[in-house]
Amino acid sequence: MTALLYVLLAIVFAVAIWQIASILNLKSAIATEKDNNTQGILFVAFGVFFYGLMVFSFWKYSVILLPEAASVEGERYDNLYLITMLLILVVQAITQFLLFFFAFKYRGVKGRKALFYADSHKLEMIWTIIPSVVLAGLVLYGLSVWNDVMDASDAENPLIVEVYAKQFQWEARYAGDDNELGLANVRKIKGINTMGVDMTDKNAMDDVPVRELRLPKGRKVIFKFRSQDVLHSAYMPHFRAQMNCVPGMVTQFAFTPKMTTEEMRANEETIAKVEGINKIRAEKGEEAYEFDYLLLCNKICGSSHYNMQMKIIVEEEAQFNSWLKDQKTMAQVVQ
Amino acid sequence: MSTHHHKETFITKYVFSTDHKMISKQYLVTGIFMGIIGVFMSMLFRLQIAWPEESFTIVEAFLGRHQDGGVMTPDMYLALVTIHGTIMVFFVLTAGLSGTFSNLLIPLQIGARDMASGFLNMVSYWLFFLSSVIMLISLFVEAGPAAAGWTIYPPLSALPQAMPGSGLGMTLWLVSMAIFIASSLLGSLNYIVTVLNLRTVGMKMVRLPLTIWAFFVTAIIGVVSFPVLLSAALLLIFDRSFGTSFFLSDIFIQGEVLHYQGGSPVLFEHLFWFLGHPEVYIVILPAMGIVSEVLAANSRKPIFGYRAMIGSIIAIAFLSTIVWGHHMFVSGMNPFLGSVFTFTTLLIAIPSAVKSFNWLTTMWKGNLQMNTATLFSIGFVSTFITGGLTGLVLGDSALDINVHDTYFVVAHFHLVMGVSAIYGMFAGVYHWFPKMYGRMMNKTLGYWHFWITAVAAYGVFFPMHFVGLAGLPRRYYSNTAFPLFDDVADVNIVITLFAILGGASQIIFLANFFISIYKGKKAEQNPWKSNTLEWTTPVEHIHGNWPGELPTVHRWAYDYSKPGHDEDFVVQTTPLLDGEEES
Repeated sequence: MTALLYVLLAIVFAVAIWQIASILNLKSAIATEKDNNTQGILFVAFGVFFYGLMVFSFWKYSVILLPEAASVEGERYDNLYLITMLLILVVQAITQFLLFFFAFKYRGVKGRKALFYADSHKLEMIWTIIPSVVLAGLVLYGLSVWNDVMDASDAENPLIVEVYAKQFQWEARYAGDDNELGLANVRKIKGINTMGVDMTDKNAMDDVPVRELRLPKGRKVIFKFRSQDVLHSAYMPHFRAQMNCVPGMVTQFAFTPKMTTEEMRANEETIAKVEGINKIRAEKGEEAYEFDYLLLCNKICGSSHYNMQMKIIVEEEAQFNSWLKDQKTMAQVVQ
Repeated sequence: MSTHHHKETFITKYVFSTDHKMISKQYLVTGIFMGIIGVFMSMLFRLQIAWPEESFTIVEAFLGRHQDGGVMTPDMYLALVTIHGTIMVFFVLTAGLSGTFSNLLIPLQIGARDMASGFLNMVSYWLFFLSSVIMLISLFVEAGPAAAGWTIYPPLSALPQAMPGSGLGMTLWLVSMAIFIASSLLGSLNYIVTVLNLRTVGMKMVRLPLTIWAFFVTAIIGVVSFPVLLSAALLLIFDRSFGTSFFLSDIFIQGEVLHYQGGSPVLFEHLFWFLGHPEVYIVILPAMGIVSEVLAANSRKPIFGYRAMIGSIIAIAFLSTIVWGHHMFVSGMNPFLGSVFTFTTLLIAIPSAVKSFNWLTTMWKGNLQMNTATLFSIGFVSTFITGGLTGLVLGDSALDINVHDTYFVVAHFHLVMGVSAIYGMFAGVYHWFPKMYGRMMNKTLGYWHFWITAVAAYGVFFPMHFVGLAGLPRRYYSNTAFPLFDDVADVNIVITLFAILGGASQIIFLANFFISIYKGKKAEQNPWKSNTLEWTTPVEHIHGNWPGELPTVHRWAYDYSKPGHDEDFVVQTTPLLDGEEES
């Protein structure tokens, strides 16, 4: 019933709008010279709003952005991002200016004839070739970063970690002393063996299952992703990393953490962001927040998709190694 | 078409009509109706995003059992974003936009009496109508409508255990889409055949208005890519109902192992995006065609670089079929493929840049008539550039990694294909309303409609980029589970307020549209002083469009302000003057 009321309200509103327009006797339909003038000026005003909104957004919202990348590869990402963004902003500023300026400057005047100007081979060449050259540069740089980021070769004695997704939580498994993950399949899931690790595989015995992800600073980490039910996406924004977890296959990604959690907490950008957050939390009477790296799900996966997360801790390698040693291996867990 | 007229009944004239002009109006009104629902859904979920735990009577009123005390359930939230996307992309911007204007303008602008097959055209509309009805029925099923996102990736969409929306709601979604695709294919084939075969004397391909080029190429993309989505939908139906494993493998859900083995969700992603990406060009090309036509006519200038415009339409169409993988950079496909798709994707920036600069140059030194359609066309160029530029981030595999599936993507595609295409559609409606209904729309309401919409659209989607860059994933019911995103809440409130403003301002359009049909000022034959053939037909619609002979065409569509002519427009049927060169 209330729904019907809302619909009726909208209809009444619509009729009212028309009535107001009729009362003002504005049944005219074609722009007059006066309209051209007013609308031309309004485009200038809109240009001011447009640039104002851009400047305001950058000024006000820059603080909510992610702090600098916490991985070696992420640093290259940030560079490429910065260059691309600068290019975008320059092109944006120029073209939008021309658009709003032309709308104002060439607003219709009675009796004036427009310039009959249908084609210019030279101009067409200019705006075909310049974007082509700029894009060629972007593509080449982008591909070099891409190859770097997607390089999951084990040349540098990387740490191997499996990240395992299910509705709606994350688990992980370290490859253990042999640094080789044991085979696994969802058909082997049984009781405490929640990731379906194949306990007949000798590589599996020393694997270390965990519910909290810790990473060593300065050592390359290769992540192997699996999912047991639907698509998930392992998103680690602070490391500029993301990969889908696909049932039935193993996907992978690698990066080298370069800042420990403690170091990131002491980072200027992080401090500014956390201060902002805590101001808001204090107003709401919530407890203060302390920065942590996060792994979150970024592929729609069901009702609780919005709360599928795991904390990541980056620490010095020695600290990490001693932590890992304290964890139970698969062999210990299953027995 | 014969001159023999049989008696028209109400049913053959207004319901099962084979007249392209009536079918065009049917598409438009159905599209507008679906648009109201799609936009209204976005208002509801924007309330949830801005004020996650608050109770709203409007939510309580409309969502029935899918809400609790005025707060929608997480499943309903996902259903709303899913159906919003589906309705806006397919039902409004594909059928509503392309269906309306291809039907209206193809016969009228090429000088034909009707579509090649009026009957298929009618079937096409009624299939679209049927698919709309089924999609709307799916909103009322017990467990709720499809909710796996408009991309319906399996296994989520395949397994009723994975989410409530993947039960009957998903089945209806798939049936609706299969019928929709059949409708789209019939329509597209008709458009292609009509443009190729029924052009009037003198209407060479290189004299066609850019609208027709856009509709023609759009139809070709549709015929090439929609069948692939149909096959994906059919295989998904098989997986869901007949136990096959095309897209499913090794699944353990709710405590049991399912029998599926050997399939791959990545295969579905390939099939989906083989349509899904061309689809955004199916949406945007007709809008580009409309904007080119409206800008030239209202600048009183020829469209700049006519042949380059045709070339870039064809280039975009070709490239659109080889870039789908940029939606899958993080899907787990081979990274080498990522490199290839980055390359092809960024190539699209070139024809897009050419088109944008050509529109700017078309306005340069023009004599701009600020009709409502002009405003929306200028708005189109603005949002297309703003949205298109961030494509440089998303199309680059290396940069996509960190913004993939965040609000940055949502902001990008809403500007470049959502808002832009809607602007194109509005420009078309305001410009050709006199042709469709024989009356004019109100100018003042049109201005108000444009300016509020323009401010609201940027107010929504500009700050949204920052939300994405803060790392907030899309399709999150609420971000209260992450203190990390607490500082995004304020931005989300700003966005929602602008969204409500933008949504509500569409009531101005609706009022203007529906009341103008009956009470608008009577239209003249050629109100905008355009060159194209549709304005040589009588204001009152007749079967066969032209009362006597079909017109003969002597020149291209863009002789505006041509030196040597008294008027600042020269209709295409005007023979060349002595010694006049064709442009």
